Amino acid sequence: MPEQSEQSEQADILFTDEQGQLMEIAQTFSANKSPIANVRQQMTAAGSIEADLWAEIADLGWLGVAIPEEYGGSGLGLGEVVSIVEPMGRNLFASPLISTTLAAQVILATGDAEQKSQWLPQLAGGTVAALALSEAHGDWDLSNLTCTATLVGDRLDLSGGKTFVTDAAMADLFVVSVALDGAPALILLEASDLPSDALRQEIVIDETRRSYGMDLDGVSVSRDNLLRGGDIAASLKSLHLAACLLYAAEMCGGTVGVINVTLEYLTTRRQFDHFIGAYQALKHPMVDALTGLEAARSHLYHAATVFDFGGEPRDRGGRAEIAVRMAKAQAADAFAFASDRAIQFHGAFGFTYECDAQLYRRRALWCEQQHGDSQHHCKHLAPLLL
Amino acid sequence: MSISTQEEVEFQAEVSAWFTENKPADPGFLLPQSFMEVGTDQQFDFLRTWQRKVYEAGYLGMAWPTEYGGGGRDQAFQDIATAEMVAQKVPFMTNTIGLSWAGPLILNMGSDAQREAYIKRILSAEDIWCQGFSEPDHGSDLGNAQLRAVRDGDEFVLNGSKIWTSLGSYADFMILLARSNTETNTKYDGLSYFLIPMKIPGIDPVPIKKLTGEFGFTQTFFDNARVSDSCLIGEEGKGWQVAMKTLTFERAVSGGQAGGVHSMQVSTREVVALARHAMRDGRPAIEDPIVRDKLVSFLMEERGLDLNNQRDKIPGLAPEWPGAISMARKLTNSEWRRRLNQFAISLQGANASRYVGDEAAIDGGRWQRGYLNAFSGTIGGGTSQVQKNIVGERVLGLPKSE
Ligand SMILES: Cc1cc2nc3c(=O)[nH]c(=O)nc-3n(C[C@H](O)[C@H](O)[C@H](O)COP(=O)(O)OP(=O)(O)OC[C@H]3O[C@@H](n4cnc5c(N)ncnc54)[C@H](O)[C@@H]3O)c2cc1C
Repeated sequence: MPEQSEQSEQADILFTDEQGQLMEIAQTFSANKSPIANVRQQMTAAGSIEADLWAEIADLGWLGVAIPEEYGGSGLGLGEVVSIVEPMGRNLFASPLISTTLAAQVILATGDAEQKSQWLPQLAGGTVAALALSEAHGDWDLSNLTCTATLVGDRLDLSGGKTFVTDAAMADLFVVSVALDGAPALILLEASDLPSDALRQEIVIDETRRSYGMDLDGVSVSRDNLLRGGDIAASLKSLHLAACLLYAAEMCGGTVGVINVTLEYLTTRRQFDHFIGAYQALKHPMVDALTGLEAARSHLYHAATVFDFGGEPRDRGGRAEIAVRMAKAQAADAFAFASDRAIQFHGAFGFTYECDAQLYRRRALWCEQQHGDSQHHCKHLAPLLL
Repeated sequence: MSISTQEEVEFQAEVSAWFTENKPADPGFLLPQSFMEVGTDQQFDFLRTWQRKVYEAGYLGMAWPTEYGGGGRDQAFQDIATAEMVAQKVPFMTNTIGLSWAGPLILNMGSDAQREAYIKRILSAEDIWCQGFSEPDHGSDLGNAQLRAVRDGDEFVLNGSKIWTSLGSYADFMILLARSNTETNTKYDGLSYFLIPMKIPGIDPVPIKKLTGEFGFTQTFFDNARVSDSCLIGEEGKGWQVAMKTLTFERAVSGGQAGGVHSMQVSTREVVALARHAMRDGRPAIEDPIVRDKLVSFLMEERGLDLNNQRDKIPGLAPEWPGAISMARKLTNSEWRRRLNQFAISLQGANASRYVGDEAAIDGGRWQRGYLNAFSGTIGGGTSQVQKNIVGERVLGLPKSE
């Protein structure tokens, strides 16, 4: 049906029935399972999510949404995952859903037949995967790799350290990027491949996250653990963009959440005999937050429509890359603004740990600083647009 | 907009061909940048002729009822035709107030006789319409309008003045908000809304020079002007409701407009082209990282506004706060346009100081003129500050400002 496909390439935003249904279910689920009291309670727990809640997520089929049916998934795409992540972000839900989804995508794009049939059904079923991509230098360029793998016989000896490996302590599988003979390579590690002291928890600004440094020195795995079914450099870039897409979804959701928190205060707190929301010095920036959010959501669902993991060859003129970078940049700006003003507009209460504004502000900072802030993306958009 | 049926695809080709063929040549004099800036007879005649030609070809009012001169077709056709007018950068439709607010209003609330009398002549530009809302002492506070309409039998006698009347010098009719009763509980209750002829004794539009030095609006004086009570639209004393309805058309919160555009369209792409020619430190400005960053931001913002319009039509992706996109559209688009023009000026180096008329002015000075004229969008039709109040209160549910 050539006409059909031409048509869908023209549409800037498509929203499928599946997306709509998933969004509705995810909204109800997140609101029920992640009210703000639970979010705060979970912040003091060992993991970002309890095992039974994670199992419920797996049972809902959300971890296999973008995994083909032959591997136990439902054969939809990242666009559908976006409509799950957005409502989760709205409720500050924390879980390894994004990392597990991305790990599955990269295995799908670069794994061989055996790796795919070994891992994808497991990931669809609830096995947690973590991404070990960042390094101590903090560069967002995922191809800037100081960690190495050296081939010794049929084994790979690893060295170096990874950072911001979220939910590492509950992961069974890790996707690790290293330099092998000077070129980027991706390696699958299992938790059992790591010595007991390889993970060290990091103290991070978003307290809903569990993030770890990972020491690779002395780790050695079979060369069969290499992902080698596809173009690794291209997959790293896809991984980066896919992460941007899902973070953009989480940030759009977070922006809705924090606008709601602020509106609640602006319509109940009184000063000088007026609800403070009547003051234009507060009202007008709230409208700016709203228009920022709307633009971000429009960019998000456009990006969700055109982005396809590993789909670059069909992507004429970098349309998908442009869409995703814009979505990440716009969402970061919107969330940053809305959550920054949220603190200010609560007065001294906004300065307290008890006020929820800080939870969103910290979440916004985390999301913005992972996989590139808006200036970074603008810089990379320039050659694509100008 | 998606072109889904064979008919629409064929229609697209037809309109495209028609506009390519019939697009007017450069008239050799400066055209206004929007309907609020029509300042000379030459400009007016040119634009009126063009609108009439487009209407006669069948590309205006395509979705309006046939019995009043419309095309009676699906709105999708008009959307295609309008998009083509944008794409081919043809001159705008000068009778904007008729096409986009008085027309839809009359179709929506008018009597059959009023529809019969006005609709077709709005489309053909035989009758030009203007709007008498603002007064010298009451602008944002529209509900406080004081121009008096005193009933005398089956007539009303009008006294006072309206101001900033766009197209006031050319208009044949006016949508008028006037005070018919001064003894009411609230200021809103005493207002009535009229469709009045302009070319009658006692009405005198006096041109006002705009900040660009050109003309475009008038102060319109009323000195015992008499109009029939059949000019009322809506009930006597219920003018405020009609005015509010008008504003939903004016701010494009409601659909139903005849189609076509009301201003020269600008796009960030044109500013990118400008940046290729402008110089910075011996190099094209487009190589300057700061310039690049700003251009990307404008492109991103422009894309967001465009995508907003598309998303707003998808029920599952409707805004969390209903109306967030449509109610904020005038605010976001007009502010973007103002800032884009301002940035375009800043790209021109020392030449930024030149203005229209100077031989060496870049792009004939259109960006300087465009920037000054862009305030028509951020002030006219309700200022950006007032728009923010409206969005904050009606969309976000914040309490009213004092
Ligand atoms: C180019 C142009 C064309 C126009 N054409 C027409 C026309 O055809 N017909 C017509 O009737 N009118 C027309 N207008 C008038 C326009 O509708 C008014 O200018 C506008 O509503 C503002 O009123 P004002 O000029 O009296 O400003 P004011 O109301 O005096 O406002 C002055 C300043 O105070 C701010 N302000 C006022 N009230 C508030 C508030 N509550 N909260 C925060 N800030 C506030 C405003 O934002 C503005 O910055 C036109 C205006 C322009 C610029």
